[in-house]
Amino acid sequence: MTQVIAPADEAGVAAAVAAAAAAGEPLAIEGRGTKRALLRPVQAARTLSLRNLSGITLYRPQELILSAWAGTPLPEIEAALAERGQQVVAEPPDLSAMFGASEAATLGGLVATNLSGPRRISAGAMRDHVMGIRAVNGMGDVFRSGGRVLKNVTGLDLCKLLTGAHGTLGVITEVTLKVLPATEACGTVMVTVPDLATGVRVLSAGLGSPYGVSGAALLPGPAPRALLRIEEFAESVHYRCGRLREALARYGEVRQVEGEESRSLWRAVRDAEPLAAAPDEAVWRVSVQPTAGPGIVVAAGLPKFLLDWGGGLVWLAGPATEDAHERVMQVARAAGGSFTLFRAPEPLRAAVAVMPEEPQALAAIGARVRQVMDPRGILNPGRIRAG
Amino acid sequence: MIDLPAPKPDVLARRGEILAGLHALVPGDGVIGEPARLRPYETDGLSAYRQPPLAVVLPRTTEQVAAVLAFCHRNGVRVVPRGAGTSLSGGALPLEDSVVLGLMRMNRILEVDYANRLAVVEAGVTNLGITNHVAADGFFYAPDPSSQLACMIGGNVNMNSGGAHCLKYGVTANNLLGLKAVTIEGEIIEIGGRHLDAAGYDWLGLLTGSEGQLVVVTEVTVRILHSPEGQRAMLAAFRSNEVAGEAVDAIIASGIIPVALEFMDRPAIHACEAFAHAGYPLDAEAMLIIEVEGSTEEQDMLLGRLKAICERFDPISLKVAETAEQSLAIWKGRKGAFGAVGRISPDYLCMDGTIPTGQLPFVLRRIGEMSASYGLQVANIFHAGDGNLHPLIMFDANDSKSFHDAEQFGADILTLCVEVGGCLTGEHGVGVEKRDLMPVQFTPFELDQMRALKAAFDPGWLLNPAKVFPLEGNPALRPAA
Repeated sequence: MTQVIAPADEAGVAAAVAAAAAAGEPLAIEGRGTKRALLRPVQAARTLSLRNLSGITLYRPQELILSAWAGTPLPEIEAALAERGQQVVAEPPDLSAMFGASEAATLGGLVATNLSGPRRISAGAMRDHVMGIRAVNGMGDVFRSGGRVLKNVTGLDLCKLLTGAHGTLGVITEVTLKVLPATEACGTVMVTVPDLATGVRVLSAGLGSPYGVSGAALLPGPAPRALLRIEEFAESVHYRCGRLREALARYGEVRQVEGEESRSLWRAVRDAEPLAAAPDEAVWRVSVQPTAGPGIVVAAGLPKFLLDWGGGLVWLAGPATEDAHERVMQVARAAGGSFTLFRAPEPLRAAVAVMPEEPQALAAIGARVRQVMDPRGILNPGRIRAG
Repeated sequence: MIDLPAPKPDVLARRGEILAGLHALVPGDGVIGEPARLRPYETDGLSAYRQPPLAVVLPRTTEQVAAVLAFCHRNGVRVVPRGAGTSLSGGALPLEDSVVLGLMRMNRILEVDYANRLAVVEAGVTNLGITNHVAADGFFYAPDPSSQLACMIGGNVNMNSGGAHCLKYGVTANNLLGLKAVTIEGEIIEIGGRHLDAAGYDWLGLLTGSEGQLVVVTEVTVRILHSPEGQRAMLAAFRSNEVAGEAVDAIIASGIIPVALEFMDRPAIHACEAFAHAGYPLDAEAMLIIEVEGSTEEQDMLLGRLKAICERFDPISLKVAETAEQSLAIWKGRKGAFGAVGRISPDYLCMDGTIPTGQLPFVLRRIGEMSASYGLQVANIFHAGDGNLHPLIMFDANDSKSFHDAEQFGADILTLCVEVGGCLTGEHGVGVEKRDLMPVQFTPFELDQMRALKAAFDPGWLLNPAKVFPLEGNPALRPAA
């Protein structure tokens, strides 16, 4: 049983990290622990939880800026934004079903894992909307990067460095997000296609159109369905979906869904529901150039898949074995892409490389960067790579 | 004037040997050592600072860049990377003992892939060159800094350049997929690729905007987008900065994010009108240029809504372009702003801070007071949607007091930007220009931590030293006596 430290303020976080650094004792860093089963297990006797460092600290709707403590649950932020007709742009997934979590994900956890939904292709990743952070490094020193404005190139961008670092370079305590108006309407053009390659051609045609497609996914099934989303004012959704329907009719049967039906489709894609991974199956995310997506599905030879990001994000599910993982690694590498072992039983996650190894020159830089940010190696050691 | 580090006497003494070494690596006319031919490289867009380098080297391939860096690393020679030299913050200012590594001969577009919506280009391709290359097929590269005709993508990556349209399309960092770069040791590294969000540390994000401190970028994979069906602008002029600011808030609150939302104050309106005869209202205190995109009907719908919003703020003038030509006329003055200011003043400094947009009226009032007390004119252009403020401070470079006052005035404005919750630079970079103001925004610890990260890439402080980080407190760089 690990001991959980859950400070209620940033100074408490800093003190906990400083004490751990002094003792040379590793800390598992988490928000509410909803993604504990992501990546490699951390061997640490103590967990530093940000769950009590919670609350929105600044919200200026007219400046498109919101700041909150890292432990703030995402639904609390989404509710505050919805009251002013705004939203979190990157559309982060709700993975409670995927990971069997009963609590809501925190802002800090979503930033630390850089998880983005279908809107990634048009509006950017979580990391693209992190305008500022406060964080504690591995020695317990508090630092800031970025700020609370939308455009800032002052100094090195440590917001980007910490976003997606899975807590290994610093403990994020506060995040400032760029937020945007929620769109008035949402429409989806759905094309039933004979095969995956045709499906990605449909997605490419939609994304290569002037209509500002904000989602492009390919659902599995005997007759795969290519989905293209338009989020705009109602008049524009009507017009643009109509143009897409005309342009895509030659690929297969076309239909259009709107309103709540359209929105719920994309929530499902966001949370990888159509993947239908069984609880004992492993889940992988492979990122490749979109046209390579269908080839990944075929070459991986796994029973379950879902394509998002125009075909470039390949969700795969199958037996949680080293063989299956080895094959996913190989096909991702052969396609020049990246992979993550997203979910698997602990023994598999502990035994394999859960993401690609870095080439030697980059790995050496990475080691020196970790030496700067966490010289005692106490922050989530082993979380992303062994050793 | 700003302090530069003391040149390394051993490097200056070995000048001939270093030139010969570079010649062996980049044969032909790729190495410049003659003083007269070094002159074009002595400054960049911040022309108040000048310093010829030891040599200029103009490689044509990543392998040559790697060989040059390995050679400089072995010999302890400082390296200043340079694209087109359009930096407004002195990011490409040479040092006396430095080799300027010019990427302008690496200007090939290597690949365009429409199905995957990307282009692979060398660092010396111009920003507009990418768009021009794909425009016939309906595509464009989104970030559009004012210098886009000349500035190069390698420089854009290093400065994380923005532009007038980044409210909708984001800045450089949001439009990249991959980089090929070379470390100071001469190791070629590849970051990202043709896919989004590679797992692991976000090196792509850290390197973007790192101002040549970490690596030399030689090849860039950018995202390209299909152009919208069309775009059109409107102009709205108001009685005060406050009222124009309220109109901006109301537009954002309506849920419309225009593709561009530009604000000009009275001096900027007058300077641009005198230069471009764009038909700007000279009795206005503040003017907005608002641009929307889409089909003609969509433009009509959005412009109609925007017009109705602006009408609530008692505008002096409201002009909605009916045609593409009228739209161009509205933009004509704004696009000529730098030339316009150059016409009424022998010299100007273009500042670049960002402020929370709600602070605009206060900041403009304070800038007006400072302008009176320094006795220097200033015109303000503002990317109103994202808070990026560009005060143009007019001065006479032949008058050293005037230049000194202009620099001090600029420093006061940027300090004010930080005080109201903003930052020193929104898109031009720190360079040498804002280097010594960094302690205004960052604590000594934050600066030390960033310096340590720089040293994680470049332990010997050979890559573009003397920029970004104040010399004071940096044992690696001793200021010249």
